Amino acid sequence: MVDIRTTIGSLSLQNPTMLASGIMDEDAGSMHRMIDSGAGAIVTKSIGTHPREGYANPTVIELDHGLLNAMGLPNPGIDQYGEEIKKIKTTKVPLIGSIYAADAPEFTLLAQKMQHYGVSAVELNVSCPHAKHYGLEVGSDPVLLHDIIRNVKNHITLPVFVKVSPNIMNLSEIVQTIEDAGANGIVAINTVKAMAIDLQTKRPILANKTGGYSGKAIKPIGIRCVYDIAQTVDIPIIGVGGITTGLDAIEYLMAGASAVQIGSAVYYRGPEVFHLICQEIRTWMKKNKYTTITEIIGASFQ
Amino acid sequence: MNRPVITTILTSKIEAPNIKTITFRSPGKVTPGQYFMIWIPGVDEIPMSVSQITPTVIGITFRKVGDATNALFQLQNGAQIGIRGPLGNGFTLTGKHLLFVGGGTGIGMLTPLVEQARKKKLTTTVILGVQTKEQLFFQHRFQRTGATVLVSTDDGSMGYKGFASELAKDVLAKERIDAVYTCGPEQMMTALLSLCKNIPFQASLERYMKCAIGICGQCCVGRGLRVCVDGPIFDGNTLKKIEDFGSYHRDAAGRKIRF
Ligand SMILES: Cc1cc2nc3c(=O)[nH]c(=O)nc-3n(C[C@H](O)[C@H](O)[C@H](O)COP(=O)(O)OP(=O)(O)OC[C@H]3O[C@@H](n4cnc5c(N)ncnc54)[C@H](O)[C@@H]3O)c2cc1C
Ligand SMILES: Cc1cc2nc3c(=O)[nH]c(=O)nc-3n(C[C@H](O)[C@H](O)[C@H](O)COP(=O)(O)O)c2cc1C
Ligand code: FES
Repeated sequence: MVDIRTTIGSLSLQNPTMLASGIMDEDAGSMHRMIDSGAGAIVTKSIGTHPREGYANPTVIELDHGLLNAMGLPNPGIDQYGEEIKKIKTTKVPLIGSIYAADAPEFTLLAQKMQHYGVSAVELNVSCPHAKHYGLEVGSDPVLLHDIIRNVKNHITLPVFVKVSPNIMNLSEIVQTIEDAGANGIVAINTVKAMAIDLQTKRPILANKTGGYSGKAIKPIGIRCVYDIAQTVDIPIIGVGGITTGLDAIEYLMAGASAVQIGSAVYYRGPEVFHLICQEIRTWMKKNKYTTITEIIGASFQ
Repeated sequence: MNRPVITTILTSKIEAPNIKTITFRSPGKVTPGQYFMIWIPGVDEIPMSVSQITPTVIGITFRKVGDATNALFQLQNGAQIGIRGPLGNGFTLTGKHLLFVGGGTGIGMLTPLVEQARKKKLTTTVILGVQTKEQLFFQHRFQRTGATVLVSTDDGSMGYKGFASELAKDVLAKERIDAVYTCGPEQMMTALLSLCKNIPFQASLERYMKCAIGICGQCCVGRGLRVCVDGPIFDGNTLKKIEDFGSYHRDAAGRKIRF
């Protein structure tokens, strides 16, 4: 029998496939559907202090080997979103609250509210590549990042995960900072900053012009980041970026991830992608004589 | 590939004050009830159901309500827009005597479905509901198909005075209707659904859309049903389980807005 349960620090997951932030998670109903579809954990969309409409359309387009998006962090604000979180009743599938802000006091306020609404952990989005003053702008500044994580950690009891961007030159320094500040896990990676131009109208297609690339094309970038992070820190890593099949997930586990998140593959394979990937992981483990996920995590370090 | 493809506006026609039809070359097979994301470069990309289907040409009929529809309204023949689609599931016809109820702009997208029903020689009754007679459009297109066409106006300026759903109640009482198809204001559609006890029912839903490929979650109703890919057409049994139906939708920020 193969056992695909895993843990991220103190969090236990029935399986290693988590729903990535910003995918099918605007309301309780869609998150319930992802739970029904077999996700081992759910990450909410990134929520801020105030409602935000996001950018005009086009916000998501398909490219040859992935998706390009600039949603612009649309969300109803933490107070309204709290109603959605409170509606989710699960015992076995942890709900992780993703939050974005520009500074420590705002992040702390959001984290406290998330804790109050009943999530199992919070994920700090400091890696969105297309939102001014937020995301990547915060996540590439080690001093600010340290301050944010310390403050959040001091005010909540839940595990704190930090989601990093592949678009930083000082990844080792940043992940070291994240560990030193007391975070409980690192999520890697967010989308890769990118652009697509329509030849006939000679315009960038996304209304925001720049966006974030996701899906198959970014998997090698994610694998490299997870591998490097695993060499640098001891806290658990959650791998994300281009995971479409069970084999992709296993590659991330071998690179050092304890669990994985899945976003764009919900488009490529439908919401049932979680069941499918878990089945593919089991089949591969059986064939290759693995019985637990732990045996695979970090298997590439030799 | 789910990204806008540039096409040219072939024809445009004002149907009623603030309502216009534009056509473009058909990108392939399109089913009544499906929609396109229409990109007005530099402005927005918005969903529009098809109101005309021929082997070579597709039409959309829209009302001017805000920035994007205003910009689209201004465009002349030959102007370039981006189209992405056809998207969504489309209607399926069942039964022999069918009732179609269109309210306001929703009238437009029912036209190709009624044309399809008539081609299959089905008995077809159409109710067109508008606030006042000036807003009526496509009446002749429906009549040309050989359908029985009834009109309701809120102010009584033409046809039945009252809501389309009230007129539908009379029709359902008098005739043996096998299935009901509708698009219009959601309250009209919920009223209709409650009249259709065991009669198969299909309605076209509108929700704010962003990705239109089923990942961003913006358009979801009920337990994660995506209007953009699982819909926009839903049947009566599904709609009865969706608590949002007729009660609220969400704006671009995801805030609940009551109808
Ligand atoms: C599947 C579907 C099919 C549609 N078919 C038609 C049609 O055939 N004819 C027609 O006139 N209208 C149709 N609509 C509605 C049409 O998309 C909106 O009227 C249009 O987007 C308004 O844009 P705006 O910028 O002019 O107005 P705004 O001032 O931006 O908004 C006015 C209202 O339009 C709606 N809206 C705005 N942006 C979007 C969006 N991206 N997605 C959905 N709704 C939006 C909102 O409810 C908003 O309150 C359809 C909508 C959907 C979801
Ligand atoms: C439409 C869309 C919306 C996203 N929204 C968010 C978000 O709100 N917060 C966040 O941290 N990441 C967001 N992401 C990034 C994903 O969570 C994920 O890191 C990225 O897409 C890479 O994974 P994938 O290749 O499996 O999609 C979004 C991605 C997409 C495609
Ligand atoms: S519009 Fe994004 S899921 Fe439907």
